[in-house]
Amino acid sequence: MTHDELVVKIINENLPGVVEEARDFRGERTIVVPKARLKDVCRLLRDDPALRYDFLSDVVADDYLPDYPRFAVSYHLLSMPNKHRLRVRVWVEDPDDGPETLAELWPIATWLEMEVYDLMGVRFAGNGSLRRLFLPEDWQGHPLRKDYPLGYEEVQFSFNWREIDAKKPYAKVVVQVRVQVQEEVFPGPGT
Amino acid sequence: MGLVRTPARDNIQELTVEELRAKVGTGMEILDAEEHMLLSMGPQHPSTHGVLRLLVELDGETVVNLAPDIGFLHTGIEKNMESKRYLQALVMTDRMDYLSPMTNNMAYIMAIEKLLGIDITPRAQTIRIILAELSRISSHLVWLGTHALDLAAMSVFLYCFREREYLLDIYEMVAGQRMMVSYYRPGGLWRDVPDEFVPAVRHFLDFFPAKIADYEALLDRNPIFLARTKDVGVISGEQAVAWGLSGPSMRGSGVDWDNRRDMPYGGYEQYDFAVPVEQEGDVYARYRCRMREFRESLSIVRQALDRLKPGPVNIDNHKIVPPPRAELGRSMEAVIHHFKLWTEGFCAPAGYVYHVIESPRGEIGCYLRGDGGNKPARVHFRGPSYVNLASLPLMAKNRFVADLVSVIGSIDIVLGEIDR
Repeated sequence: MTHDELVVKIINENLPGVVEEARDFRGERTIVVPKARLKDVCRLLRDDPALRYDFLSDVVADDYLPDYPRFAVSYHLLSMPNKHRLRVRVWVEDPDDGPETLAELWPIATWLEMEVYDLMGVRFAGNGSLRRLFLPEDWQGHPLRKDYPLGYEEVQFSFNWREIDAKKPYAKVVVQVRVQVQEEVFPGPGT
Repeated sequence: MGLVRTPARDNIQELTVEELRAKVGTGMEILDAEEHMLLSMGPQHPSTHGVLRLLVELDGETVVNLAPDIGFLHTGIEKNMESKRYLQALVMTDRMDYLSPMTNNMAYIMAIEKLLGIDITPRAQTIRIILAELSRISSHLVWLGTHALDLAAMSVFLYCFREREYLLDIYEMVAGQRMMVSYYRPGGLWRDVPDEFVPAVRHFLDFFPAKIADYEALLDRNPIFLARTKDVGVISGEQAVAWGLSGPSMRGSGVDWDNRRDMPYGGYEQYDFAVPVEQEGDVYARYRCRMREFRESLSIVRQALDRLKPGPVNIDNHKIVPPPRAELGRSMEAVIHHFKLWTEGFCAPAGYVYHVIESPRGEIGCYLRGDGGNKPARVHFRGPSYVNLASLPLMAKNRFVADLVSVIGSIDIVLGEIDR
């Protein structure tokens, strides 16, 4: 019996009916479990003497925008004694009602979940340190979501410097000084 | 570095904007606002290796609490990659961990290859391994130089950068770029290595062991270096695993795990090398691990050079690899492939993969989801620097500020990879 099969067998023996789907793709096994049972499954995976997934490698959130449920959170586990990797996946319908934090099982989960919250906006229940990590504290939205547009900055030339500057949100006092300097160096066509 | 004296806790009105920001930015619980001093270390501090800001709560000179504040270098790499074709997105990976671009390329490219389900040629595999190991050496050289510089050993820094320069010249020789190489491509390499490559690497193998001995002579028994590294920043093996520490930082705590040996990828199973492990778990143990890795990497490169046989470096599938220039004049099919590849790229099947390799800093993982189109639907990197940073408070608490500098150097972080 390969390790992929053993995982599902042991979970089915201990927590019957909890594996919604077990799929293989390119030699990687993924098990999909209900959001509410995630912690039980992970506790079993970590503590069972035959499995011993002692290392939480990564937490990733996916956005499948037109589909429902929209979000999926994947936990990539590694069993060092068995040299085996496994992905546990949960579907999340409402990002504000996300899966429970796994900080109790792997302390690093707090840190990994912070990144997911900041960029994808999935709120992990029980994680007290969810806050803006990469983005400024007053940032609106979560950039990795599919409905978040990719921003860009308009290129300013001497003929449209003032026009584009007026649209920019940052401190206008500085902008005025820069416009003056700019016009001295590159007098526009109207001057 | 700004000094902030926190006022009494019961008088919230006295909090300045800066103090408020200090609290909000890191979410750190301040233990004793009355007696302790808050110190904001960075983001422009030379020993934070980039733009890392640490909020440190001090009792005298002892760190009682600290929290990292990151994001100063955030450029939205993962979001940008979603709007680029698979090959276009490759250049982003160089810019994450700019000290070892080859291993970043490797993680991303191997994830694409896994998603596409293709195997590469033996020659490409061997060249990839040579460059990945040279990249490990060059990254460790920067680590060693800056770490020693933090601990007041200036000369090591200069020696390390001299040897790194030679490796960057090799990068330039193969890829035309010193740092942002983008040399690994889906299905193989950008192009074959030039004829001067093998002699240049052999020359490096000849002179570098003596240089390692030089560094060790400067540091190994240097009383100042020992005083600042021995029994500093200790983390146990169980804690290291629970906190997701990886790479030499984890092996310094006695955890015997290396993805190259234990879950081999890209042909590493054919090589014979040892995995350096140290038991103490302090800064000095992590230093020793990396120093021993220099020699193991040299041994892998030597074996790989002996294995390097002439042959194609790219697979024959011109849906993924562009056809050779000479064919474009003869074959209509080649022209069509060339046109399709550079205007549209290739499509990857729907599905998701996670590929992990051992970068100089630890376990770098690339999660890649395809939706059947020519752009990745989601790319995520497990940056080893990002994860290793989480255990910094664990290692540096209840030590002096000077030890904090030593610990930051020992976990070898690159802020470009942390913030992405």
